[in-house]
Amino acid sequence: MTDTTLLPHIDEVNQPFWQGCREGILRVQQCPTTGRMIFPPRPVNPWSPRDKAEWQDVCGRGIIWSVIEPHPPLMLDFAELAPYNAIIVELEEDASIRMVGNLVSKPGAAINSIPYDDIHIGTPVRVIFEKINSEITLPRWVRDS
Amino acid sequence: MIKDRTAIAGIGQTPFGKQLRESELQLACNAILNALDDAGIALSEVDGLASYTQEANNEVEVARNLGLGDICYFSQVGYGGGAGPGVIGHLAMAVATGQCRVGVAWRSRKRASGAVRRPWSKSNSALLETVAVNYTRPFGVIRPVDEIGLLTRRYMHEYGATRDHLANVAIAQRKYANNNPDAQMYAKTMSREDYMAARWIAKPLCLFDNCLETDGALAAVVVRADRAHDCKHRPVFIHAWGQGFHAQHQTMQNFFCDDPLRGPAWVTARQLYSQSDIQPADVDVAQLYDAFTPLVPLSLEGYGFCGRGEGGAFTENGNLETGGRLPVNTSGGGLSEAYVHGFNLLTEGVRQLRGTSNNQVPNAATCLVTGGEGVPTGALILRR
Repeated sequence: MTDTTLLPHIDEVNQPFWQGCREGILRVQQCPTTGRMIFPPRPVNPWSPRDKAEWQDVCGRGIIWSVIEPHPPLMLDFAELAPYNAIIVELEEDASIRMVGNLVSKPGAAINSIPYDDIHIGTPVRVIFEKINSEITLPRWVRDS
Repeated sequence: MIKDRTAIAGIGQTPFGKQLRESELQLACNAILNALDDAGIALSEVDGLASYTQEANNEVEVARNLGLGDICYFSQVGYGGGAGPGVIGHLAMAVATGQCRVGVAWRSRKRASGAVRRPWSKSNSALLETVAVNYTRPFGVIRPVDEIGLLTRRYMHEYGATRDHLANVAIAQRKYANNNPDAQMYAKTMSREDYMAARWIAKPLCLFDNCLETDGALAAVVVRADRAHDCKHRPVFIHAWGQGFHAQHQTMQNFFCDDPLRGPAWVTARQLYSQSDIQPADVDVAQLYDAFTPLVPLSLEGYGFCGRGEGGAFTENGNLETGGRLPVNTSGGGLSEAYVHGFNLLTEGVRQLRGTSNNQVPNAATCLVTGGEGVPTGALILRR
């Protein structure tokens, strides 16, 4: 990706999430008091605001909650890949924790490697990771057979 | 309560189109002048101003250009298309409580021209108000249509809503626009075949599921109810107003909560109807915010016109059209009249209650006007 305007802005709050991606581990924040998970990352724990959220590794499996196929007009890098897919995944640990991502045919494959019509809500998926540059590694998803 | 204590006494607008010659500031001033003329109220009487946080022209510039006098109340409401009813609601509260006497609300936008300011074209670090973009944009979920597309696909899956239902919305509104000379789509008809053949933007949403790109401005004048009786037109009373967003709501990217398809409209509706003698069954005509077609069925559910998941089916049998169960967006709305962050929905609501709409609902006495579902939003119930 050459257009960095769309890449994540890493800060001290979300750094553990992106560090985890670089290490090949999906992790989310968790409330130490209630055990409820928190995503996207934030500085204050909404389930118990006086207790600092902790980071918890998750298994990286989930099911597809929704899917779209963007077409132009799009910003440069994505226009070149269009039409591609974007999905939302519900995590196995907590179905109310959803992550936006892309379904790919295999590690390293492009986000347009599986057409929209072949992607079905409810399909099990698991996370893989794609290194974008020295700082950013993005989670992607493959079908979990 | 503000119930019926204030009224909309004047409405004004500029032409709607692409590549209008005037600046956004000029358009704003023209719309305000037209609204004051419509009310029969002098510029010198204006002492309150309200608009959207996304409005480029601030109160001071508007006041300096129009030669306004002392301004006693000014406010802005955030969240783009969710703001409109709140802008009027703020003025209604200010006028009802004596903070000001003549309040003017406006929205001016040159969306269709070169000088666009789309929030989604900024860098992620510039979008400080929405940290969630870090978890959507890197994956190509960039535009509002992508975000609403994801909710729409899930909505279709859960409730069996179809593209035919979305087409019902687009076609109903196009028919209204074809009878409204002010509408950008006045001369362009749309058949079901046209809809189904349109190019994809974010499948399952196609071109005709998206609102228009518009240059234009609108304005409205809010005064006390007793003053409104002395103005040029029959008063349109602000009967009730509500705002809302739900726990763990995320603006536009409303995926990160327990129940994404139960959006801010539900909270807003509860607040609105708790203040209102007019309930869903009493609403004669509705102007439902429509940046995208699926917001209409979602809003029909949120504002209590049908049960949850029944919004798609509600669009069947011409229910949204002239003579239907609930005429919706009778000027053509954002999809087919103009997209000015929903302000044209408000002015059409006023025309319906004055009896002057191009698509008049016979004897319309009550109208619901909503802001955008999917963002912190608001709604008004107007009555004559």
